[in-house]
Amino acid sequence: MTETINAYTVRAAGTECRVWEKGTGEPLVFFGGLGGVPKWTPFLDALASSRRVIVPSPPGFPGSADGHKGFSSYLDWITATLDILDGLSEVDRPDVVGASVGGLLAAELAAIGGERVRKLVLISPFGIYDTKTPGVDPFAVVPNDIPLIRSNQPARFAEAFSPPADASPTEWAIMLNRVEDASARILWPFGDRGLAQRLHRITQPTLLLWGSHDKILPPAYADKYAALITGDVQTKTIDGAGHLAAVDQPDIAAEHVLAFLSA
Amino acid sequence: MRFINFQLIAYPELPEDFVQTHKSNWVTADPKLFDPARVGLLYNNAVDLLVAAAESGYDAVGVNEHHNTGYAMTPSPNLLAAQLVRETSDVAVCVLGNTLVQYNPPVRVAEEFAMLDVMSGGRLIAGFPNGTPMDTAYSYGINPSELRDRYREANELITRAWAADEPFEFNGRFTQLRYANPIPSPLQKPRPPIWIPGSGAVETWDFCCDNDYLYAYMSVSGYYKAQHITEGYWDRVRAKGIEPNPFRGAFAVFLAAADSYAEAKEKYGPAAEYFFNRAFHVAPEFGNPPGIISEATLRKMFELSGVSDEELWDFSAPGFDELVEKSFVIAGSYDSVGEQLEALARRTNVGNLVTVTSYGNMPKDVADAHTREVGAKVLPQIRGLFEDEWEHRWWPEAAGLPAHVRNAQVKEAVR
Repeated sequence: MTETINAYTVRAAGTECRVWEKGTGEPLVFFGGLGGVPKWTPFLDALASSRRVIVPSPPGFPGSADGHKGFSSYLDWITATLDILDGLSEVDRPDVVGASVGGLLAAELAAIGGERVRKLVLISPFGIYDTKTPGVDPFAVVPNDIPLIRSNQPARFAEAFSPPADASPTEWAIMLNRVEDASARILWPFGDRGLAQRLHRITQPTLLLWGSHDKILPPAYADKYAALITGDVQTKTIDGAGHLAAVDQPDIAAEHVLAFLSA
Repeated sequence: MRFINFQLIAYPELPEDFVQTHKSNWVTADPKLFDPARVGLLYNNAVDLLVAAAESGYDAVGVNEHHNTGYAMTPSPNLLAAQLVRETSDVAVCVLGNTLVQYNPPVRVAEEFAMLDVMSGGRLIAGFPNGTPMDTAYSYGINPSELRDRYREANELITRAWAADEPFEFNGRFTQLRYANPIPSPLQKPRPPIWIPGSGAVETWDFCCDNDYLYAYMSVSGYYKAQHITEGYWDRVRAKGIEPNPFRGAFAVFLAAADSYAEAKEKYGPAAEYFFNRAFHVAPEFGNPPGIISEATLRKMFELSGVSDEELWDFSAPGFDELVEKSFVIAGSYDSVGEQLEALARRTNVGNLVTVTSYGNMPKDVADAHTREVGAKVLPQIRGLFEDEWEHRWWPEAAGLPAHVRNAQVKEAVR
């Protein structure tokens, strides 16, 4: 892909948020997972081959300002996500894809925004936690173990999150630290923000993608979402992928997403 | 120089292979290891030992708050302090402290500290810790990213409540009270001295300076590791044009003093090794939850070294000599310990020493004797340090007065 990324900002919950865009076609909005989207990824490239891919970074996520530090409640995150969607130009009823923490925001968008979302894809979303199906605590991990917990493909994880040659290692670390801070504000301690009480409002056709080796939210969670969502639900497991399945298996994940959205 | 004798209350019978067989003695500590009958005895012993300290030359007795741990089994320090205010008559009672964000609503701290202050006749030192991540984020499930803001708001609510002479409305981000009106008020006016235990966050230094609170560096990591932290604090104090009064700083030290180093090692070495190498066993993944360290402090840490979480929470050493070498324990003859404490106090410019003389699995009789010996033979050597040059404005005025004088004052005030 030689096409360049179009970068701009939108204002969401009082915070300037970075948006990246690439490709042409029907709009597809992607909300990234733990760690955010600090670099354009092979998964996004694969989607951009046939879609206009729009990647907003919520407050505190890579490239965005840190207005999240003044957020008082979870409702501020919903407001920020709705503001982001409103701020995108020439985007009417986009398909929304969300992974991990971004999957929670995408699910809220579909549940609360209703008509605003055409089709929904959730990749290992947070939002429900059942103590009978325990996962590894993503926020009690020494730095060296983070790739092992979040990914099943450490080389691809490193490619997605290591600092580019022209970045200051300190500033890169500070940025990733801020993403952890923002993610923890949304999720602490389980990522269970009462979404189960809102999932019935999701009437859109929904694709659930789950990494077979997700250590944080085991694949069994897919059934819990499927049981509560009102719209038609398809579930696909991605072999060999961990929690960040789109990082671990970008081509397979993109293939599933594109097939579902164009069906 | 003021001396606080401090009790951590570690469980003394952890198995010998504890570190090999258990991941952590904090957050996920195995509850089956702690026999309730034994713990009950330990609490009573701790109060006895603090009373012994009060009788043997220390200016204050102190306890603190930790959760989900067998290294410091004090989830409710106020319950111990409530006994100390009855069992002592003239020392300050230092609760270091109540982890503000863990009391909901935080007026609970205003109420309980005020109760302790009035019951003690105005001898309370009120500690306002941010709390360790193990306690706040993991054991109490509080969102670590919000801790600092929650703490600031709680501080504002409590201090405002202590100063208020009528009910007031408090409309905060985290606490909303239409009727903030904790009763009683503290006896000390405008409030008890407030001490902030810290571990090197730059915001905490500024917070202490801006509010005229005392900064207490409470890490058990010894003064070699801590020196840049006390230096950082005094840099901020000077930068703000505040006098570097040593009494606005406190420092924690583990002591092992006897007639000789060899005797100190023989008597107290096993207890020190037990504490550092067995009881204080913390899984490093609980040391650094997201957002708990501000970006400003993070930048400073990157500048300074790049210490990993594993190193940050590793306080072990092969043996007692190495613990002493790392300055985790200050050991030697009574004279030598006195000299070392004086050097430490001068170098760090700190006028309050939080001394730990009873630790790990030290038997009660040994701890009692050690506490008294240090009181009789070490403290007098440096008692006068800083006292002539500086005024101590972070100490309860009533502490140090004989009980009958204080009681007369209280009666007078009531009249």
